[in-house]
Amino acid sequence: MNQESIGEKLLAKFGPDVIRTAVTFRDQVAVTVAKERILDVCKFLKEDPELAFNFLSFVAGVDRYPETPRFEVVYQLYSLKRNHRFRIKALVEESEPGSAVIDSVASIWPTANWHERETAEMFGMTFRNHPDPRKLLLPEDWTCHPLRKDFPLYGTDEDTPDLRSKAGSQGI
Amino acid sequence: MPEEADLRDISRSEIIELNLGPHHPSTHGVFRAVVELDGEMVVDVVPHLGYLHRGYEKTCENKHYHQVIPLAERCDYMGASSNSLCYCLTLEKMLDVEVPERAQVIRVIMAELSRIFSHLFWLGTHGHDVGAMTPLFYMLREREEIMNLFELTAGGRLMPNYMRIGGLIRDLEEGFVERLQSFTEHFDRRVDEYETLLTKNAIYMDRTKGIGVLPLEEAIALGASGPMIRGSGLAWDIRKSEPYSGYEQYQFDVPVETGCDVYSRYLVRVAEMRQSNRILKQAIDRLPEGPIRAASPGVVFPPQEEIYTKMESLIHHFMLVVEGLKPLVGEYYQTIESARGEMGCYLVSDGGSKPYRLKWRAPAFVNLETLARMSRGYFFADLIAILSSIDIVLAEVDR
Amino acid sequence: MGIERHLNDTVHVTNLEWFVNWARKSSMWPLGFGLACCALEMIATFVSRYDLSRFGMEVARPSPRHADLMIVSGTASKKMLPAILRIYEQMAEPRWVIAMGACACTGGIYKNYAVVQGIDRWLPVDVYIPGCPPRPESLLDGILQLHAKVMKEQSIHNPRVTNIKVAGR
Repeated sequence: MNQESIGEKLLAKFGPDVIRTAVTFRDQVAVTVAKERILDVCKFLKEDPELAFNFLSFVAGVDRYPETPRFEVVYQLYSLKRNHRFRIKALVEESEPGSAVIDSVASIWPTANWHERETAEMFGMTFRNHPDPRKLLLPEDWTCHPLRKDFPLYGTDEDTPDLRSKAGSQGI
Repeated sequence: MPEEADLRDISRSEIIELNLGPHHPSTHGVFRAVVELDGEMVVDVVPHLGYLHRGYEKTCENKHYHQVIPLAERCDYMGASSNSLCYCLTLEKMLDVEVPERAQVIRVIMAELSRIFSHLFWLGTHGHDVGAMTPLFYMLREREEIMNLFELTAGGRLMPNYMRIGGLIRDLEEGFVERLQSFTEHFDRRVDEYETLLTKNAIYMDRTKGIGVLPLEEAIALGASGPMIRGSGLAWDIRKSEPYSGYEQYQFDVPVETGCDVYSRYLVRVAEMRQSNRILKQAIDRLPEGPIRAASPGVVFPPQEEIYTKMESLIHHFMLVVEGLKPLVGEYYQTIESARGEMGCYLVSDGGSKPYRLKWRAPAFVNLETLARMSRGYFFADLIAILSSIDIVLAEVDR
Repeated sequence: MGIERHLNDTVHVTNLEWFVNWARKSSMWPLGFGLACCALEMIATFVSRYDLSRFGMEVARPSPRHADLMIVSGTASKKMLPAILRIYEQMAEPRWVIAMGACACTGGIYKNYAVVQGIDRWLPVDVYIPGCPPRPESLLDGILQLHAKVMKEQSIHNPRVTNIKVAGR
């Protein structure tokens, strides 16, 4: 199926309240979905026999600072049976620090586990019902979120020091 | 006596937590895992990543589009040219630039050489982990020949940095095609040599058959791609299903095995080396004459000779180096089949000269999630064999 | 004439310091400490084309207790730094450090929040080898320069004690 018809099928099933916008660039379509219904949309995408998106390539975050809503979570899907790809996004606002929350899709595609852990630590988002919400790539005692646009590239001496303390507290 | 009966009945078993890494000879880099053992049996493996996290994605947001190419090459340092191929393809789709035929064929040559390069190193280190130390030295000899070829293209043995957006940086050197031809002629016999060392070796088969089984449904659910999923029975190769850079014109098979274990992945990778050699031979025959870079002023570097003679080319070159190219606002996701699986580059552009967001879909990162599933219930010595069969490159896992 | 002619064929005359230095540099065992891409070129130096064993160094020990030379090849990320320091502490004296590659020398192309900008901030480096990655010939040149440095050391008069308290304690 080509990507526009997938978008139309989604719109027909869920309506324009949930399927907010669809952007076509070159030959790829990205559909923005209401974040409250992300689990229903993903389940439909996986289980519908015509769509059959059983492979999740990645889950990524994009920081749109200073626009609101601030974060975008991108899900890239692929169907092994039908050989078509699709991309859905959800906008997540952050009204005060720590309030960027969205449901985790790890119950639908188990591969989302590590992708969501990385997105959560890099942007400061929370994924509800995630089976293992720990840091993945950054040292355990860092509290900063590097991929945010207002975080400096070189880090800061308080947030990203070479060694946290003399006693090697990073738990090797 | 009650005490004696108690003493004989006591069998106390505890779970030992063993720390593997980050500095370890068999983890292929700085990888740390906390292994929970019940005697010699693995109960659980919890990987701890991030020991080679180099801030790649954040650094790319501060570089011009052309400056990202050497950064991208260092992501998967085993087959460096396939990384820059993926990135350049993404940009070319976004800019709607058509790469000329000669550049496409040379890109296929570099991508297949990178695949052989990566699989050779995997073969040597995997054999070393399982106990066979000979293949390591044989394949390092092979890799020196391939590194000579890389050096002939653009000077770098490991990271040639040969690809550019729109084509390649320069044409092939004088002796390249002859050297490549002699390489492809004797490479098949070399692969036969490696197979005589391992494929029917009783010790190797005992150590790898039935070890680290990953059923197909779980492989798909966990996002495994490349030889991991082809060793579990699914013939999925992006070069066949979503061809890029002219791959639809080459004839090659996609090796598939149904064993789902370490041995099947070994067979798949050895067969892939043979198929890559087949593609290389076809590419040498097919190599046409022509330009090696698209002629798209404003986004692609003009040819070197024209910069010194034509004014517009000089200005375009100057603007590209100082300001960088500016694609339209939009986003794109391009995948290629790297040696490890589905490698993808998701690029968001805001119309400026630096990427707004670059997400690198690293196959080794996703494949590594399957480690815990594959090693539960096996011996600790098998864990090392299973880890090496995933073929991880830590720079890609941690980015 | 004299005692030189009698001693020539049977006795080698030197001073103890020269002898100790010669013994140390002729069989310096490297620690197999490859972090990232430079590790591949280090491995290429070990095998037959560039052959590190002609310098007595092909015995790459995985354990720091057995090793003399730590070749930091690759990027030292901030998460890895405590492990690097702990491994350095476990090496027995005399020990030397080579910073191989741009990332180990100065942080390389990764000037950001996650990478230590040169391990000479924390370790006493003897030889810096630039390159990304440096060719095996460059690594060999650096190792030979380290050998020359070892020969010039005053190992008996002024023994090399790196009083560096790393990783706390």
